[in-house]
Amino acid sequence: MRVAALGSPVRRTVAPSYSSRTTGPLRRRIVVGLLVLLSLALITGYFRESSNGGLHGFQSAGASAMRPFEVGASRVARPFRDAYGWASGLFHAKAENDRLRKEVDRYRQEAIRNSTAATENIKLARLLKYRRGLTYPVDFSKNSVAATVLQDPANDFEQAIVISAGSSKGIRVHDAVVTNRGLVGEVTKVTHDEAQVTLLTDKESAVTARDHQTNAIGIVRHSQGAEDLLFLDRVFKNKVVNKNDLVVTAGRQQGQLSPLYPRDIPIGRVTKVGQTDIDPFQDVQVEPLVDFTSLDVVLVLVPTSRAVP
Amino acid sequence: MILPAAKAAGLFFFAVVVQVTIVESIGILGGSPDLVLVAIVAVALAQGSIFGAFAGFWAGLLLDVARLGTLGFTSLLLTLAGFWIGRYGETTGRDRAHAPLLSVAVVTVLYAVGSVVMHFLLQEPSSARVALVHSLPATVALNLLLAFPVFALVRRLFSPAAPHTEVEFVG
Repeated sequence: MRVAALGSPVRRTVAPSYSSRTTGPLRRRIVVGLLVLLSLALITGYFRESSNGGLHGFQSAGASAMRPFEVGASRVARPFRDAYGWASGLFHAKAENDRLRKEVDRYRQEAIRNSTAATENIKLARLLKYRRGLTYPVDFSKNSVAATVLQDPANDFEQAIVISAGSSKGIRVHDAVVTNRGLVGEVTKVTHDEAQVTLLTDKESAVTARDHQTNAIGIVRHSQGAEDLLFLDRVFKNKVVNKNDLVVTAGRQQGQLSPLYPRDIPIGRVTKVGQTDIDPFQDVQVEPLVDFTSLDVVLVLVPTSRAVP
Repeated sequence: MILPAAKAAGLFFFAVVVQVTIVESIGILGGSPDLVLVAIVAVALAQGSIFGAFAGFWAGLLLDVARLGTLGFTSLLLTLAGFWIGRYGETTGRDRAHAPLLSVAVVTVLYAVGSVVMHFLLQEPSSARVALVHSLPATVALNLLLAFPVFALVRRLFSPAAPHTEVEFVG
């Protein structure tokens, strides 16, 4: 005969006399009912009484009585518990390490994104300030397009950047591109969502400009050298140009050159003025105000008539 | 009757102390074994429903005292657990080899459900998802593992005395 005991091979020879198998169902129910009622009474009494009540006192005394045994058991078990904790910690260390590495990577990327966003925010705020300022060209839309720079100039000979806005934003070829510091260049190619901007430092670029202080007119071109210097060309010798004068766009056609640049956009500051006997024009060197090596965000000036709402 | 009751009282006192000081701190895969519950199942299967109910009440009272919980809370659950498992052992589960493991698994689940329900009725904070989904499978598995040594210990403690044999010579 088998009995209901795990792994027990057999044998139940004599049933104990105290077993409830021999007791009647009524007695069983009464006993269990009483125990359940007692439990419910304990719960109710415990809830209803204050913390100074009898049941709380009984519990406190019982817990105090058990405390030494718990402390003893805890001391006995401490080495085993420490060993378990050590093994468990070792087991989880690798997974924890991987998780933390991923977390660090995620936070690092987030920090980079935040830093980039903060920098971009500062630059956009400057552009916005410029757009709201008095020097912003009045014949251009206040809804001009801010765009981030997607590609920097490929090399020294091809001074063009690609920006993240195109014809879908109302941008067309020959639109002027500026930052809050001054003129950057003009749009030379447009797709639906991107545009190519040829910088002032490109050897093919040229813009009609004037000395803001003396009104001497000339054409700003690249110096053809390795440096990011510009020249104010075609300034007759009888015109006055002084060092540190501000050079701005003239806003009018000069020969074959595009008249599309609005008037009075800052270009640079005169750093050197000279002339030779054989050349009918002055030799005026201009240092651009815009740092063409670190362009992140630019503003495309879209004429009011073409602005996309 | 007195000797088994004294043994059970001592056993559950020991089990409660070990439970609250050692076993409850063991967490594996989100669950932790319940030594007292497994011991009640073992005792109830061996000794019957009334004994199981008394054992459950006593163990629950000790647990509530040791944990400084609501008095009667665990007593109620363990009384019912001990009684039902005792009845199962007296009736359907009698002489079934799978009865111990089945009892441990079922009682672990019912105890968890009952505990959540009681917490809900008493408006005490309790997460049913944690208790019934996250930790329950691991707790059931750990209790089943714990059942082997606990049942062996209980069988040894409560084994009936060797039958008194008399030899009668006839003829």
